[in-house]
Amino acid sequence: MDFLRKKFDEIRKPFNKGGKLEKFAPAINSIDTLLFVPKHNTSKGAHIRDGVDLKRVMVTVIFALLPAMFFGMYNLGYQHFSQLGESTAFIDCIIFGAWKFLPMLLVSYGVGLAIEIAFAIYNQHEVNEGYLVSGMLIPLIMPVDFPLWMLAVSVVFAVFIGKEAFGGTGMNIFNPALIARAFAFFSYAPQMSGDKVWVADASTIDAVSGETILGQLAAGTEPGWSVMDMFLGFIPGSVGETSVLAILIGAAVLIFTGVGSWKIITGTFVGGAVMALIFNTLGVNDLMNFPWWQHLLVGGFAFGAVFMATDPVSGAQTEKGKWIYGILIGFFAILIRVFNGAYPEGMMMAILLMNVFAPTIDHYVIAGNIKKRKNRLKAA
Amino acid sequence: MAEGKEALFSKQNKALLSDPLNDNNPISVQVLGICSALAITVQLKPAVVMSLAVLFVVIASNVIVSLIRNLIPGRIRIIVQLLIVASLVILVDQVLKAYAYDVSKELSVFVGLIITNCIVMGRLEAFALANGPWKSFLDGVGNGAGYALILVLVAVFRELLGSGKLFGIEILGHKAKTIADSTGLYALGYENNGFMLLSPMALITVGIIIWVQRSKNRKLIEQH
Repeated sequence: MDFLRKKFDEIRKPFNKGGKLEKFAPAINSIDTLLFVPKHNTSKGAHIRDGVDLKRVMVTVIFALLPAMFFGMYNLGYQHFSQLGESTAFIDCIIFGAWKFLPMLLVSYGVGLAIEIAFAIYNQHEVNEGYLVSGMLIPLIMPVDFPLWMLAVSVVFAVFIGKEAFGGTGMNIFNPALIARAFAFFSYAPQMSGDKVWVADASTIDAVSGETILGQLAAGTEPGWSVMDMFLGFIPGSVGETSVLAILIGAAVLIFTGVGSWKIITGTFVGGAVMALIFNTLGVNDLMNFPWWQHLLVGGFAFGAVFMATDPVSGAQTEKGKWIYGILIGFFAILIRVFNGAYPEGMMMAILLMNVFAPTIDHYVIAGNIKKRKNRLKAA
Repeated sequence: MAEGKEALFSKQNKALLSDPLNDNNPISVQVLGICSALAITVQLKPAVVMSLAVLFVVIASNVIVSLIRNLIPGRIRIIVQLLIVASLVILVDQVLKAYAYDVSKELSVFVGLIITNCIVMGRLEAFALANGPWKSFLDGVGNGAGYALILVLVAVFRELLGSGKLFGIEILGHKAKTIADSTGLYALGYENNGFMLLSPMALITVGIIIWVQRSKNRKLIEQH
């Protein structure tokens, strides 16, 4: 370890104070603190004796994302080979999936971090770790055949307009990963929706059809997938969203470490379930008749509830507010699914919409609390 | 100072022309006239025609109101101004219908809505009522040009990135049904950005222009 440290110190010499490349210090500092434990300790004031910092929080989320990511890669290969009628050996599927997914991940991180570092050097502040998670979320919520340059443009837009325009990590009012997806959705609709994008090479091989379950329901055809497939994730969809099981493992990690709010996650599922139940009783079209608990298994619902809605920056902060925020996300997601034919999936819109309302929810929760305490004071 | 003795292009008068282009731009600094900037900037041609129309109306109404400013009773000045602006707008509308029917159809209601364009009324209230005709003329030219500058800039971005054209001419190559038949950038797999055609993107483009302008021109940043 000592040897590595010395080696790295040698590399970073020109970046230190007075060195030739002093201007680019934020870039090297971010790499330093990512690779090694920072040397500086908290020195004054009351504080919790724990090394938790933004970096560790972000890395926890990345660990939570790993099951969904690996299953997503496997499922990429599985969907592709099974539709072609070829053998779906585990190792073939994983290799094919990695071949398709890793370039997306590289583009997302490369472009996003380049912009973050450029901004950090321009403004002379340290690089924030926020992008570590966004950069991983973005390829996970895109269709597999989404062209890489479009992905790059979406990332540029998300980091510039979704984040830096508001002042960088911690200041954004929207979830940056969802901004990237929304931008891609409205800019390049043919590449982001329809029945040809969700399975690798579906647009070039006629034998492959890649309609998602929600897409099939919106088109009025019966989806040919079993409930077990939906739960385990052997269905077409965005890379990371298909397996509810893998996402629930991630949710357990987030809740256990306290990084993600269980109130938001539970609230979202409850809100979605209630809304879907209401539609079940009305039961006018296929999407309304789709059993309420299956609504929670398909599409981006689970992924959005666990990894997107729980974003501590753009979500509600107050405890009661988290319930309201979560329930309304579930509520709107199902509402958009059922009533807007142009958007078979409503999770993205629902979360972005509630991002806007999160500060308002917090404001009224706090105002209500103040009122309650004032009344208590009067009574006493 | 008396008006007759001042040089036609004194420093003060030049500022009337140049201020609205940057430091006091009606759209990017005063944030007026946004509605039309969002609505008719999908293509460059209607944006240019709209700019010319607004330029004409601002200049003409500024000069007319300035000429009769001492005759207008203060209490009914808004109605008088509206009457003048409305007559000018109808004039523009009829000319467009006669000589540029296609563009006039594209602009549809937005030509008529020049009447309510905040820039026009704003200049009449803030400038023409208190200044002579020559200065009002310069002020009209400056503000009309400042409006046109942003409108054209936004339209260039939106038409180029949204449909790959400028003035309807294909700049980035021809897009055919398949990549093999396409030319230019489209042959490389490039696609037009559909978001650019929607009005939210116009708002974001104006926002980016404001961002760039303020980071270049630090005195525009408000202190809190």
